[in-house]
Amino acid sequence: MAGFWGKKEKQTLFEPVFRNNPIGVQVLGICSALAVTTQMNTALVMCVALTTVTGLSNVSVSFVRNGTPSAIRIIVQLSIIASLVIMVDQILKAYLFEISLRLSVFVGLIITNCIVMGRAEGYAMQNGPILSFLDGIGNGLGYSAVLMTTAVIREFFGSGKLFGYSLLRLDTEGGWYIGNGLMVIAPGALFIIACFIWVLRAWLPQLQEKE
Amino acid sequence: MLEHYLNLAVKSIFIENMALAFFLGMCSFLACSKKVETSIGLGIAVIFVQVITVPMNNLILNHLLKEGALAWISPALKNVDLTFLSFICYIGTIAAMVQIVEMAVDRFVPKLYAALGVFLPLIAVNCVILAGSLFMEQRDYQFGESVVYGVGSGVGWALAIVGLAAVREKMQYSNVPPALRGLGITFITAGLMSIAFMCFSGIQL
Repeated sequence: MAGFWGKKEKQTLFEPVFRNNPIGVQVLGICSALAVTTQMNTALVMCVALTTVTGLSNVSVSFVRNGTPSAIRIIVQLSIIASLVIMVDQILKAYLFEISLRLSVFVGLIITNCIVMGRAEGYAMQNGPILSFLDGIGNGLGYSAVLMTTAVIREFFGSGKLFGYSLLRLDTEGGWYIGNGLMVIAPGALFIIACFIWVLRAWLPQLQEKE
Repeated sequence: MLEHYLNLAVKSIFIENMALAFFLGMCSFLACSKKVETSIGLGIAVIFVQVITVPMNNLILNHLLKEGALAWISPALKNVDLTFLSFICYIGTIAAMVQIVEMAVDRFVPKLYAALGVFLPLIAVNCVILAGSLFMEQRDYQFGESVVYGVGSGVGWALAIVGLAAVREKMQYSNVPPALRGLGITFITAGLMSIAFMCFSGIQL
């Protein structure tokens, strides 16, 4: 298997994590990034679910890419993705019922997550299964990086916890830390992602938009 | 009864606004909100598809997928529970409905078709539409409720995107830091709008 792990593979896997981050640069799949990040547990499960689905759907789409007429490719991709998401959802319901209740509809919404569709359409339709798999995993990791960072900030400043363990005791529980309400409510996520994009684009000026 | 429906409508338009409280349909919410005109077109298309797909999926769920729903075919099927298939059925219905709606609008109301343009096919992969059906399943809405919810959630989303587009049009004249231009400032604007919409929480008729 010489050359199996070459420069191209490495690039395919790591490029989307920073330089071509699906959320910060390509602006895909933001919906769930905002809604599931109040707690790290749910965010982590969501990341694993999405990375799995993106990787596997890329492989499957890549395998059938030569036999799919282009007129029906969207529906083929959608049904592959939907079947994978059903599997993930059933597994979550069986083993992580509590978290699956908290994620509620957002597991189902992986189907319409633009990252999954975008990678299937934009990458897996043109490339072989192995590269597509790495690309899917890479994009999943890029998504996870943003999601977990947001979740750490929101959970730590919002309720003084990390992964549910209390680090700063809240004043409501007899401690000293007054939770930052903005982090807990929904708009907090929007501001954090905005700052994330700001930092990323100040660091890599070629990403800035010209208006 | 009317009061219940009215309450549900207010709740789905303002309190649980799809875009500003659940962040659904964010991709097109951010990408298509540069001009008020396009955002109105997209908003109307979303309302249109939402009104049709949510009740449609409600019927599919209640008469085909739920446990015991297949008993009308034969009594032997009364223990069959197909709810695990709901995702794939919903997305299939949505994709098919979008196609049919597109063809029907093209045939009968060509003016509207020209106005909606590329937005109709795009809607098949918009999370608002799928989320409408998923929330309908999760909250166990009856048929009437699902119609109201479909209208309400669509109108709420349209309201949010038109509002954001209006703000962004005005913002062309302001001096935004270069790294924040475009996407960044749009996020912050949406966040502020979202805070404004939180004032509606707790309203009950």
